[in-house]
Amino acid sequence: MKQILIIDSTLRDGSHAIGQQFARDDISKYAAGAEKAGIKILMVGHGNGLGASSLQLGFSKLTDREMLKTAKSQLTKTKLGAFLIPGFGTIEDDLTPALKLGVQVVMVASHCTEANVTKQHVEYLSGRHITTYGVLMMAHMISAKKLLEQAKLMQSYGVSGVLIMDSAGNMLPEDVRARISTLAAGLKVDVGFHAHNNLGMAIANSITAVRAGAKIIDGTSRGLGAGAGNCQLEVIVAVLLRTGYKLDLDLYQLMDNSEEIIADIMKRPQVISSISLTSGIAGVFSGFAPHAKRAAKKFKVDPRDILIELGKRKIIAGQEDIILDVAMNIAQKKKVVKENAEIEALI
Amino acid sequence: MLKGKKAKVGIIGTGNIGTDLLFKIQRSELLECSIFAGKNLNSEGIKRAKNLGINTSFESINAIIAHPELCDIVFDATSAEAHRVHAPILNKLGKFTIDMTPSRIGKMCVPYLNLEDCLSEANVNMVTCGGQATAPIIRTIEDVEGNLNYVEIVASISSKSAGVGTRNNIDEYTKTTSEAIKQFAGVKNAKAIIVLNPAEPPILMHNTIFVPLKKAKLSKLWTQLIELEKKIKKYVPGYKITNRPVIENNRLIIMNQVIGRGDFLPSYAGNLDIINCAAIEVAEAYTRKYLIH
Repeated sequence: MKQILIIDSTLRDGSHAIGQQFARDDISKYAAGAEKAGIKILMVGHGNGLGASSLQLGFSKLTDREMLKTAKSQLTKTKLGAFLIPGFGTIEDDLTPALKLGVQVVMVASHCTEANVTKQHVEYLSGRHITTYGVLMMAHMISAKKLLEQAKLMQSYGVSGVLIMDSAGNMLPEDVRARISTLAAGLKVDVGFHAHNNLGMAIANSITAVRAGAKIIDGTSRGLGAGAGNCQLEVIVAVLLRTGYKLDLDLYQLMDNSEEIIADIMKRPQVISSISLTSGIAGVFSGFAPHAKRAAKKFKVDPRDILIELGKRKIIAGQEDIILDVAMNIAQKKKVVKENAEIEALI
Repeated sequence: MLKGKKAKVGIIGTGNIGTDLLFKIQRSELLECSIFAGKNLNSEGIKRAKNLGINTSFESINAIIAHPELCDIVFDATSAEAHRVHAPILNKLGKFTIDMTPSRIGKMCVPYLNLEDCLSEANVNMVTCGGQATAPIIRTIEDVEGNLNYVEIVASISSKSAGVGTRNNIDEYTKTTSEAIKQFAGVKNAKAIIVLNPAEPPILMHNTIFVPLKKAKLSKLWTQLIELEKKIKKYVPGYKITNRPVIENNRLIIMNQVIGRGDFLPSYAGNLDIINCAAIEVAEAYTRKYLIH
């Protein structure tokens, strides 16, 4: 029977949906539920990973340490996972302490063209026999061939698999098929996919990825996540079971986790709002939505204009500060246009 | 004292930083490059320097060990790891050493803040591009607002301008930058973030400074930042504060941009330009003080 590894990122990427405000109780309850459902790997932490709690991205309610410790206390069979983007977190300040707290799996992520910034961190982890996955974010921005070159770098550093992230929720099934099949054919290690639902494609893209050769699917309970949310975990599991895949997971328990734990944590239904839809079309990071909304209000501009401009400038995940720069620029231009119009009216 | 002459300068490391330094020295009225040393005989950097008629060597620091009389000032543009080996050797040889790597061995130097203090040191560290660009601004915020507990900077640079050195030492980059901020601005906690953006055409170096503040003396800050920009422009011509300070979401936000001079590296590489401009400023000040009258 065909096996697929489901990675649960609810307590990591899901934190984007609630402004990084997971409380101790949320983490305990959900981690216990994940353990009960038979989840193999549970990712926990700030939405952008270890060391990312910041003014730039938003501070988490709890420290990385508190979050990992809380989750760990509920887990026995389920492995505890952490996420790290070099440039935000470091080996000394973040990875080493995380390993001491019992983290067993680490995803080391970079923008899809910058895989070589992960070398130091992947080598550190794989040298300590920690299961390490490489992650290429914003994977819609480059071709399948270029993605493969980057994934091969990660493979050479010692990762157990490479996941690509459709961080903007911009891909259509054919984009996923092209990328995943190229990676699956060109890599020795497993390939995985992480979807976002900005264009309503998260489940379709995830099943497409599996059919194209992905062995790892990353999702979140109830789709909890940045922007329009992620691949809804209980749904993709049901779809995979219906398609004939064998998954060693308790579907009812996954549904209960969604209905009884995450529904209470969720602040708003995970719908495709106009802002999320715009960021999907613009191809910008899903996590930009709340920042764009806030900046739009402050500088009295349309948040959609901000997102479209960010897309034009090819701004990537982690550059949340540029949202303000763009908002100020649009406001400035609007003012200039208005002044010009007034001057013209006078003439 | 070398009346009317130029101070002799050695460069170790023939990559982007080393080559750009060489180009800047060619323009200097006070400095001349007397030895340009790398490890690889056929490196692009060595070839380029040879074409300019510069004395080159592929024996790296050994070229200076063999002929200490070649130079009085040495720029080390290798790596933090290599500099740990080079620093004691250059110290013994009595060379004024300007370290371009994030090794944190010598006294950290941001000319705007502590140029004079650094000239009596044997080894001066040029911090990082992010540190050069933001520490002066943070010092100004601390002077105006006082008692800052936490400061954060985000440096965005173009992928093309981030060499292997930066990529392999990305942890050192963020740690050295945050150390410099703490030290120069007297801030208790600091965080530095770096993002490499691959967009084409390449983005200019952009820094954002965040301070958790509900209100601030914005116009006073602005007046001082305009003065700061003027002073830094004297040695980094492409340095610019891009916005009036604003408060958004309980954060004081100031942004800055550095357009490179386009000496060897294109103008988008403001990150490499600022650290090199700062290093040249140090070498020229040292020359004026000790070598040429």
